[in-house]
Amino acid sequence: MLEIKNLHASAGDREILRGIDLTVNAGEVHAVMGPNGSGKSTLAQVLAGHPAYEVTEGSVTYEGQDLLSLDPEIRAQQGIFLAFQYPVEIPGVSNAYFMRAAYNEIRKARGEEEIDPISFADLMDEKMKLVEMDSDMLSRSVNTGFSGGEKKRNEILQMAVLEPKLAVLDETDSGLDIDALRIVAHGVNSLKRPDNATIVVTHYQRLLNYIVPDYVHVLAGGRIVRSGGKDLALELEAKGYDWLLEEAVA
Amino acid sequence: MSSSIETLVNREYAYGFVTEVDADTLPPGLSEAVIRLISAKKDEPEWLLEWRLKAYRRWLTMKEPHWPNVTYGPIDYQSQSYYSAPRSVTPLQSLDDVDPELLKTYEKLGIPLNEQKFLSGVAVDAIFDSVSVGTTMKEELKAHGIIFCSLGEAVREHPELVQKYLGSVVPHSDNFFAALNAAVFSDGSFVYVPKGVRCPMELSTYFRINSEGTGQFERTLIVADEGSYVSYLEGCTAPKRSTNQLHAAVVELIALKDATIKYSTVQNWYAGDKQGLGGVYNFVTKRGKCLGANSKISWTQVETGSAITWKYPSVILQGDNSTGEFYSVAVVNNHQQADTGTKMIHIGRNTKSNIVSKGISAGHGQNSYRGQVKVMPKATGARNYTQCDSMLVGNQCGAHTFPYIEVGNNSAQVEHEASTSKIGEDQIFYLKQRGLSAEQAVSMIVSGFCKEVFKELPMEFALEAQQLLGITLEGSVG
Repeated sequence: MLEIKNLHASAGDREILRGIDLTVNAGEVHAVMGPNGSGKSTLAQVLAGHPAYEVTEGSVTYEGQDLLSLDPEIRAQQGIFLAFQYPVEIPGVSNAYFMRAAYNEIRKARGEEEIDPISFADLMDEKMKLVEMDSDMLSRSVNTGFSGGEKKRNEILQMAVLEPKLAVLDETDSGLDIDALRIVAHGVNSLKRPDNATIVVTHYQRLLNYIVPDYVHVLAGGRIVRSGGKDLALELEAKGYDWLLEEAVA
Repeated sequence: MSSSIETLVNREYAYGFVTEVDADTLPPGLSEAVIRLISAKKDEPEWLLEWRLKAYRRWLTMKEPHWPNVTYGPIDYQSQSYYSAPRSVTPLQSLDDVDPELLKTYEKLGIPLNEQKFLSGVAVDAIFDSVSVGTTMKEELKAHGIIFCSLGEAVREHPELVQKYLGSVVPHSDNFFAALNAAVFSDGSFVYVPKGVRCPMELSTYFRINSEGTGQFERTLIVADEGSYVSYLEGCTAPKRSTNQLHAAVVELIALKDATIKYSTVQNWYAGDKQGLGGVYNFVTKRGKCLGANSKISWTQVETGSAITWKYPSVILQGDNSTGEFYSVAVVNNHQQADTGTKMIHIGRNTKSNIVSKGISAGHGQNSYRGQVKVMPKATGARNYTQCDSMLVGNQCGAHTFPYIEVGNNSAQVEHEASTSKIGEDQIFYLKQRGLSAEQAVSMIVSGFCKEVFKELPMEFALEAQQLLGITLEGSVG
């Protein structure tokens, strides 16, 4: 589904990603871990096409096409979803209106009919249960005045509605209490299917108790320094990141 | 930026065409003789000519105001024509007799005037340069006792009403541009809603400047008698010209006891090109008077056009318990400048006013909110709430706020809130990541910002206003 080869990316003059190689197949869950500043979030943003980052070298192939040549909205329409670390507020635009507009753009890209507001409301009822959200969230402005937990749940709600092929969760666990963490993880797990894949970017092992990865990758200094199974996350939890960094330098 | 944005940047002003009509246009210049000629062409009574001349003599002693936060070169008042009318228009003609070329013009503007294609539930008075070419739905309105016609026709048919109210809110000597308007005003709309009548449809006037080198000086007068209700909307467009055109209109509203007037404007005069060449100077005086107790006047404006806008739709709250409202969205892009806001003058007891202003600045645009809230000594229990928000798109534009608050009564409550925000790359990226295009993203963010104002517009026009806003701003991000 996704093949990243020797990916280098910079923000301004600063090189952040320094040669990432990663392959993700349908049905897999990959965790990308690493200390602060290792380039985890940059990787997520580059996959989604954030204009602040410039890819200087390497390639990303998604479903057989050159992902890096596509505008962010085309990537989204083709099934790439980024759950933001810091979801953005859009005052005055209702959550329902925003999500229906997004859902319809993605349906149009798939060659499907636009959905009418009433059928959409039914769909939302079903999806809202997944993340245990009240229906009044739909009439509130997008992320405006939401608590940290509400914002993250709202991201997972959007993911549930848009049904991406490849979801990238950027530190979705940061700032969540244990209940919210459980709800978010339950949402993500329920959406898992043999034909989609998830990349979970996180600093802590905690989230991986709930979303169990098939592969764990450790990012340091803009490169993947170690890959392994879910046990690697536990090892990191016990030993921290330093031993890996020292190993990488040595 | 992507190529779709490039296309949008270069999108043409859709209303910039010129209609070829044989027009009766006065040679450029302004003098007493010109005013007499305009008055004679309109076959006006003596009292009106006298009023015009009085205004003209007063105007000669006045100076063009330069306190607004806008800059422009000197205006040569002798180089433009003060009257232009298509020759095919005759007074009191029926719509069936209107020149097909003119009907086509309005059709192109999305304002069909022929009977089969009327906008449902809307009566339209179509003003082309200096004259009204026709008013729709007149008969149906007449059945309710409502008068809706051009001001010229009202002068002939209902002189007592016009004489009683003309200049009663904006006197001939009010300000430089209002005095000029009083001297040379051409056509405009007149509305009278009798006691206790709720006007069953939206009334609207569509203003079109066509001739080159001609100013437009329309004058609108709306009187809502006791216990009546009327909702009125005006729209404006002009051809693309490389020279500036002056539009100095006056609107007067009078609400008697228990009456409500809702006045909405969607202003889309030609704004000039991307370098700021050409465009309309929109110097307008709009004022309403809540004359009777419990009356209400509500202004809603969406200002997207004009090179320069200078207007402050105001309410004089004279009747006890009367209410004044001002909801405004003003957008400037490229080199447009706007200095707009309102005045709320509290005279009666327990008078209330509510001001919501949304200014959006893009490109090199400069947007100023200027608002006055004045509470007179006898206005016990007066209340005002003002909210003034600015949004910046890009970093070459400007937003300015000039509030003037004068309170002469200790029991008054006056609140003012202001904010400035910047449309963020992060907001746009967030929406794009959900599958929306850049243009949909900008349009959604701006519509959200303006929501409180759009919800005040009559439904038929809210969508149009939203689209207009999208078009004005498209290409300004990136």
